[in-house]
Amino acid sequence: MPQISQLAATYASQVFWLLIFFGLTYFVIGRGMVPKVMDTVAMRDKQIADDLSAAEAARKAADEQEEAWRVRENENRAKAQELIAEAKAKAAAETEAKLATAQKGFDAKLETAEARIAEAREKAAAEIETIAAEATQSIVARVAGLTVDDTAARTAVRKELA
Amino acid sequence: MHQFTIEPMFGSDAWAIGGYNIAFTNSALWMAISVIVLWAFVAGGMKRQLVPGRWQMMVESFTGFIDDMLEANIGTAGRKYVPYIFSLFMFILFANILGLLPLGVIGLHPFTFTSHFTVTGVLAIISFAIVLIVGFAKHGLHFFSLFVPHGTPVPMIPVIFVVELISFMVRPFSLGLRLFVAMMAGHVLLEVLSSFVIGSGNYSAGIFALAGIPSFILMVGICALEILVAGIQAYVFALLTSVYLNDAENLH
Repeated sequence: MPQISQLAATYASQVFWLLIFFGLTYFVIGRGMVPKVMDTVAMRDKQIADDLSAAEAARKAADEQEEAWRVRENENRAKAQELIAEAKAKAAAETEAKLATAQKGFDAKLETAEARIAEAREKAAAEIETIAAEATQSIVARVAGLTVDDTAARTAVRKELA
Repeated sequence: MHQFTIEPMFGSDAWAIGGYNIAFTNSALWMAISVIVLWAFVAGGMKRQLVPGRWQMMVESFTGFIDDMLEANIGTAGRKYVPYIFSLFMFILFANILGLLPLGVIGLHPFTFTSHFTVTGVLAIISFAIVLIVGFAKHGLHFFSLFVPHGTPVPMIPVIFVVELISFMVRPFSLGLRLFVAMMAGHVLLEVLSSFVIGSGNYSAGIFALAGIPSFILMVGICALEILVAGIQAYVFALLTSVYLNDAENLH
């Protein structure tokens, strides 16, 4: 077994070179390079965490904005409804007023027209009386040869017409 | 056993510091290769892109794996040991896997330096020393309460203390020997099986069919197992070191 048979002759060289090369490994690779590699990993982890928190913050902001938009939208809708209701009420009132005035005009016209009709009817009745009285006088004169005065004829006609 | 032989290279046999021979051996060469390959692997993942490529992802999953292991065993205080545990895990992992490469096919001799207890022992002692230094620096003499578990009856304390102390002192040995034995056993097993294949082939076609072919099929399976063991032993070494560090960091 060379490990034992060569021990006395080689242990010093083995230990010496091991210390040199393991020392190189430790100081150059272990202390020099490994921390940088781990820094890179830590940096990446930090970047990922930052990105995640930024995304979370952005999501929250978007939610808030959406909420604000919703509130504004609701307000606007309520305002619009109010405006519509107001306009409707106004329009209804106006229509009513117009209808009322128009009705009044109609009523007045109707009244005058009725008055005129009544007047015309009276006149026509009077004329009929006169004509009837005259006709009666002439009929009586022709048939009986009597002369009936105007008043008697009218009274007789009025009696017949009534 | 030739694969475990240490040979000085590039005529460096006589190099010495203070009377200690420090020849640049094949073992040292494979340590250098492990460091270079590991450096290249980690350097390929240093592009520091926000969206990682495959290579960067691979390197980051290794650092993340060590980070998670320390966090699970020690807690957030464990993060400062990431450079050490990462170095330990990757150095052993690359050594184990590079030592398994079938480079013999092209005439090179891979050398698994983790199959030498001089190497695994030093790594274990470094880990143990860090545990002791952290333990005494953080808790002072209170660190000795590690050897008296909670709820120990007072008359039992001296006995338990000795038992716990022994089990604590055995840790560097078990840590170092486990890796050394696992790596060496796997390589020896492959060598024995391959000697069956070649020996039976040289003997006769009948024996080859009887012993050589089953041995070869077994070798394929054991090669797969050895790749698994290479990863598991590196993991066990790093895991146990972090468990021991937890004792030092948090006591019980």
